[in-house]
Amino acid sequence: MGAAAQGKNAPSREFLEKIFRTAYKIRVFETEGIKLYRQGLIRGYFHPYLGQEGIATGACAALSEGDYIASTHRGHGHCIAWGADVKKMVAELLQKETGYCKGYGGSMHIADISVGNLGANGIVGAGTPLGVGAALANQVNGSDAVTVTFSTDGASNNGTFLESLNLAAIWNLNFILLVENNGYAVSTRIEESTRDTDLYKRGLAIGVESHQVDGNDPFAVYEVMKQAVETCRAGKGPVLIEAKTYRHMGHHVNDPGKYMPEDELAYYKQRDPVDRARAALKEMADVSDEDIAAIEAEIAAEFADAVEFSKNSPEVTPESFREFAVGY
Amino acid sequence: MAERELMYREALREAIDEEMGLNPSVFIIGEGIAERGGSYKVTEGLLAKYGPKRVRDTPIAEAGMIGVGVGAAIAGARPIVEILYVDFAMLGMDMIVNQAAKFRLMTGGDGRVPFIMRTQGGTGGGVAAQHSQSLEALFYHIPGLRVVMPSTPADAKGLLKYALRQDDPVMFLEHKHLYMTKGMVPDGEHIVEFGKGDIKRVGTDVTVIAWSNMIPRTLEAAEELARQGISVEVIDPRTLVPLDREMIVNSVLKTRRCVIVQEANRRGGVASDIASIVQEECFYEMDAPVEIVAGMDIPVPFNLTLEKASVPQKDDVVAAVRRSLHLDPFAEAAE
Repeated sequence: MGAAAQGKNAPSREFLEKIFRTAYKIRVFETEGIKLYRQGLIRGYFHPYLGQEGIATGACAALSEGDYIASTHRGHGHCIAWGADVKKMVAELLQKETGYCKGYGGSMHIADISVGNLGANGIVGAGTPLGVGAALANQVNGSDAVTVTFSTDGASNNGTFLESLNLAAIWNLNFILLVENNGYAVSTRIEESTRDTDLYKRGLAIGVESHQVDGNDPFAVYEVMKQAVETCRAGKGPVLIEAKTYRHMGHHVNDPGKYMPEDELAYYKQRDPVDRARAALKEMADVSDEDIAAIEAEIAAEFADAVEFSKNSPEVTPESFREFAVGY
Repeated sequence: MAERELMYREALREAIDEEMGLNPSVFIIGEGIAERGGSYKVTEGLLAKYGPKRVRDTPIAEAGMIGVGVGAAIAGARPIVEILYVDFAMLGMDMIVNQAAKFRLMTGGDGRVPFIMRTQGGTGGGVAAQHSQSLEALFYHIPGLRVVMPSTPADAKGLLKYALRQDDPVMFLEHKHLYMTKGMVPDGEHIVEFGKGDIKRVGTDVTVIAWSNMIPRTLEAAEELARQGISVEVIDPRTLVPLDREMIVNSVLKTRRCVIVQEANRRGGVASDIASIVQEECFYEMDAPVEIVAGMDIPVPFNLTLEKASVPQKDDVVAAVRRSLHLDPFAEAAE
């Protein structure tokens, strides 16, 4: 459990349960989703967020209604932490009309602009300028909403990383760039991609308040994010946060990840963010194993319902697609 | 309706000014557009009127600027991003092609991107290969984008105002040679809908389709051809996407001849696509093959004589029209 959770302001049971529920829901979505993928029910690409759940969970807990998020190709976790409807997510992965994008988008493109979710993205690094753009729109419109772009170590060597963060900086935008540093750009280790692997320094170099945090500790992520949100709402944004983490498997479902050293993987699995959230709930709020099992069963049932719902949902017909295409 | 004479750049400024006045979520960013008023003076005075929140200078970071504009549009604002040269827009192609153009479909139709990139292209008298391109075909090829190429002050104003009221990403491609040209612009609210071409000159013998800076050049050619007894109908689609196919087809069915003029190099160009539409719709009614007058398939050279040789000139249009009438293309010119 994170040091931040042991401070004098002990977190409430409600908060601890919320963190655990979110992290566990992501875990279930990804592990069960992989099973559906293996069964051939989900096609295309599927980039699991396994091992990184603590970041989306902690970060979104620090945001409020009206705020915005932009995500990555590994986006299921951000979507769930942002409060997405699992039914509509599963339906999207199963290419159904009842999905978030009616089956037009798929895993890498789930977005819900009605609640400020700017979407996952199939282009590594693209969420950064898009997020800064949303922050700019909010500033122009006089809103104090904060926009968080979940980014990655892989994206940090793309030119738009600097260009966008710099624009956010010169305009003091309410923008948080949350860099999930999982150590790999697909299969290329970060040491091979950059000389200095502490990515938060990229922000310092252009005058942006920057922090580094243990991404496998949802409570630590929450605390640093809470401060960053306050900094932004005080008009002193942007903020860069680097969250160190690790994937529990390869880049996507069909990548065995053989290049990931076993001892390194084991090290991070011992620091599993979902286990940490569960332990915090149990130890700090005295929640019994039975009650935790009940929560887990409830979340598993919600996913199972979502699968049933999706299997029974229709697909967009080619006729309807051709109507959609008119005017393109 | 009453009208005034305005320069192309003044007409553009009026459009931005009026729409910024009407809609507080319209804003504009670009290099040197605030204090300096833009390289072509389109945004002069807007900073003083609307303030630094809505009129912003940017660093030289085209991918970032375009991306930020697209993100702002997705989030519900109406950004105009001014890019100095269309050549520089190439730095932001991911944001245009993979983000702006795709978002509506990828969200099943719910997400819209009312993003406007204003930029300018074309040859400009010795600005060389990286500042002279006509790149509309790149955008034309990408489903999801609107491609707008006004040739007159009135069209520039009306189309830009319309662009700021619709919900799709717009590549608003001006021409560096047109900023100082003058034309009559209607007073009051003047809006030109996308997908509606304009007959710039009515004629009966040959249909010539052109856009942007090729319109004044084609009108000069038409004037010369009129002296030769040839009546040319000049059609300006004004927006290449959506394209006013109906106006083009109706005109060609009337004249039975078609010449298409584009400043861009020929290979893979918009003219070729319009030619394919014309042959599909009009083949059995036509008296001559479709003629295309286009730039050479080579980067634009610096040397002024060579620059001129690399893009269509008035005489090239005259010759093509005469060829389509099965006349000696150069007979009259030689007289």
